[in-house]
Amino acid sequence: MHLTLRIWRQKNARDKGKFETYEMRDVSPDMSFLEMLDVLSDSLVEKGDESIAFDSDCREGICGMCSLTIDGVPHGPDQGGTVCQLHMRRYKNGDTITIEPWRAMPFPVLKDLAVDRSAFDRIIQAGGYITSNMGSAVDANAILIPKEAADMAMDAAACIGCGACAASCPNGSAMLFVAAKVSQLAHLPQGESERTQRVLSMVGQMDDEGFGNCANHAECEAVCPKEISVSHIAKMNREFIRATLKGAV
Amino acid sequence: MKLDAKIPSGPMAGKWGKRKFEGKLVNPSNKRKYKIIVVGSGLAGGGGAASLAELGYNVDCFCFQDSPRRAHSIAAQGGINAAKNYQNDGDSVHRLFYDTVKGGDFRSREANVHRLAEVSNAIIDQSVAMGVPFAREYGGTLDNRSFGGAQVSRTFYARGQTGQQLLLGVYSALSRQIGAGQVTMHPRTEMLDLVLVDGHAKGIVTRNLVTGKIETWAADAVILATGGYGPVFYLSTNAVGNNVTAAWRAHKKGALFANPCYTQIHPTCIPVSGDHQSKLTLMSESLRNDGRIWVPKKQGDTRAPDNIPDTERDYYLERMYPSFGNLAPRDISSRAAKRACDEGRGVGPGALGVYLDFRDAISRLGLTTVQERYGNLFDMYERITGENAYQMPMRIYPAIHYTMGGLWVDYDLMSNVPGLYVLGEANFSDHGANRLGASALMQGLADGYFVIPATISEYLVGQAPGEVGTDHEAFRKSTGEVDETIKKILAVNGRRTANSFHRELGLLMWEKCGMARNEAGLKSALDMIPALREEFWENVKVTGTGDDLNKELERAGRVADFLEFGELLVTDALHREGSCGGHFREEYQSEEGEAKRDDENFSYVGAWEYTGGAPVLHKEELEFEEVHLAVRSYK
Repeated sequence: MHLTLRIWRQKNARDKGKFETYEMRDVSPDMSFLEMLDVLSDSLVEKGDESIAFDSDCREGICGMCSLTIDGVPHGPDQGGTVCQLHMRRYKNGDTITIEPWRAMPFPVLKDLAVDRSAFDRIIQAGGYITSNMGSAVDANAILIPKEAADMAMDAAACIGCGACAASCPNGSAMLFVAAKVSQLAHLPQGESERTQRVLSMVGQMDDEGFGNCANHAECEAVCPKEISVSHIAKMNREFIRATLKGAV
Repeated sequence: MKLDAKIPSGPMAGKWGKRKFEGKLVNPSNKRKYKIIVVGSGLAGGGGAASLAELGYNVDCFCFQDSPRRAHSIAAQGGINAAKNYQNDGDSVHRLFYDTVKGGDFRSREANVHRLAEVSNAIIDQSVAMGVPFAREYGGTLDNRSFGGAQVSRTFYARGQTGQQLLLGVYSALSRQIGAGQVTMHPRTEMLDLVLVDGHAKGIVTRNLVTGKIETWAADAVILATGGYGPVFYLSTNAVGNNVTAAWRAHKKGALFANPCYTQIHPTCIPVSGDHQSKLTLMSESLRNDGRIWVPKKQGDTRAPDNIPDTERDYYLERMYPSFGNLAPRDISSRAAKRACDEGRGVGPGALGVYLDFRDAISRLGLTTVQERYGNLFDMYERITGENAYQMPMRIYPAIHYTMGGLWVDYDLMSNVPGLYVLGEANFSDHGANRLGASALMQGLADGYFVIPATISEYLVGQAPGEVGTDHEAFRKSTGEVDETIKKILAVNGRRTANSFHRELGLLMWEKCGMARNEAGLKSALDMIPALREEFWENVKVTGTGDDLNKELERAGRVADFLEFGELLVTDALHREGSCGGHFREEYQSEEGEAKRDDENFSYVGAWEYTGGAPVLHKEELEFEEVHLAVRSYK
């Protein structure tokens, strides 16, 4: 098929950036979206132009590195998947596709379609863990965890840290990302000791990074490649209120 | 060069305890004086960085991805083995050890494998303590599943995302240490050289992948945990960024490269669909717990699968290996699939595929249970192929998945270069010629969480901390060489992309040195690779500059290294005149077409030294005290 691509090109963080238009011919429906961009990049290099900078690594929807906004939607039109899992059979001959980087203030563009998501790392560093030094653990079956709790923790833990939630949110909020970690650890008995401090520290860091607050649009859930539910945000809010009250006493 | 593996003496089960007791320790208050560089942030590297930081060492950790959480350990699907015997099915440390040595086709180092089995249980305990949400039974205890090459259920799992969950456990421990200032993390940074001072590893040279800046880092020891070299075949189940560069550059600085020809072909991957393809996607081995593999009995049978009655199907693994059935080890299952296709019984486009069928599992367990167990894998399959595997069987074909070879290390995981340690897939030590499923996660975490913290002090004790700084002449020299290489690549300005060279190399490697190898093919590859490499340096085209984020330049540097490394891999495959595990030489097979080992002549680790010309082979003879050499049978 023949496609028209409008792609965001930006030299570096200081550059203003703009859309460039490229015509793509002979796109196979079996190609993945990123493979189509590979083909385009190769053809640009052959002509002496720079390839399109975009992040990707595992190309099977788990590493969380790919991060394209396609026609305004982070990760594109397929629900419950990343850009790297999107295949061209989703499109038809003659389509025009607009490709942009994540758009959120705390994710500055590095070049073209690649952004800096280190803000997410700093939120985890602020408290998204259970303190347990190597070698200090008790037998794994000494901690009984009902299947339902383990399953709920796993639902939240499935987060791949891609940032689509913040990129889709009109407020640029990272609450789904933060809530996924808070909720995972709050569902597990191992997380109990640091429960209060964890949510306060992580939310504090989230605010410091410049992410907005949740206004219940639930755009994040709609684009989340792992379909993480906004109910985890409710869980985080409960954890936060509990922690705040506890701190006040 | 005499290779001393430094295996502790005494009975097998006592070696690790003896080593831990006899090794020299660094006093707790002295640990903070030492700096350790860790390259890689996966299970081995991230786990090592976190555990060393917990002990009080200062750690600089590097990864090429934008965050340590993206390391390719994350993509492991099925599970992690441990000898817990929670299922009461007769498992033990000794059985896990035995299965792993046998699974590796008697080409791994027994003492290392025994240690791996010994620490396997602590890995599960530690991961649970850190909040890894493994699957559980209703009573709250941990659940297990079965994996290839074992007759017990010892695999712990978190849906189809076990690697992700274990890596996020590592990432959380690492993040805690980064937050505490004990680890300094350097994401989007690629190691381009190892720096030696008086023969000891004392630092690295890196390129900042955003600014292009070449920087130097000094330390008292250097740990490489940079993964495998699967993408030398271009198409593999690895991430597209995975590369051999760090290991190869260390090799060029003197570290021996062991058994590069031991590559693992995974039997259950989605078949290739076209030349545009950038990677192959694995369908977890766990699917073989319930899926049945078959091809039509008749050649060229193009009927739709549900029109082929059971009597006309060949469930070849169940037929050939009745006691292991669909859970025969990876090398054996892969070759069986290849044979079926070579006989003209393959299915799907190009007849390069076999069926993995869930019809019987769905009628036995119900659709809901199958969805619960494998839902995400079925979804993944549908996204890529557009087919619904609940309604029709999956089509699968073997693909490069893992590399057992790697830099040579002794029992302490130190390479022959003093102060250079190698962990995880990047070393060679635990999987022999074939890795069993659910063992890679186990090895990565064993090396990172438990082995390196216990062994590195022996070396550090003999080093004055902080003795060498980046102002040393050796750093200047290395930086100059790195700069030179980058300039050279940018200056070629030819007509072909780095990607096209990579693709050509990969195809050549797959055809001549893939699932089956023979002398003539390997020899022709040894003619073709240098020619391709020469063309690369005359005709590669890299646009942009070295001063900013330039994916073409990154790729070209990695492809240049693959073009050198590929030749060593083929050289190793040619010299090893005997089949074993994933290394299948067509000249050496049994009447049934199984790998025929030559223990008399090839029961050694082949460790290659870089000379600039023909590589020089050094041998570490393998001795089997506990597991007796036998023909590996899964019948």
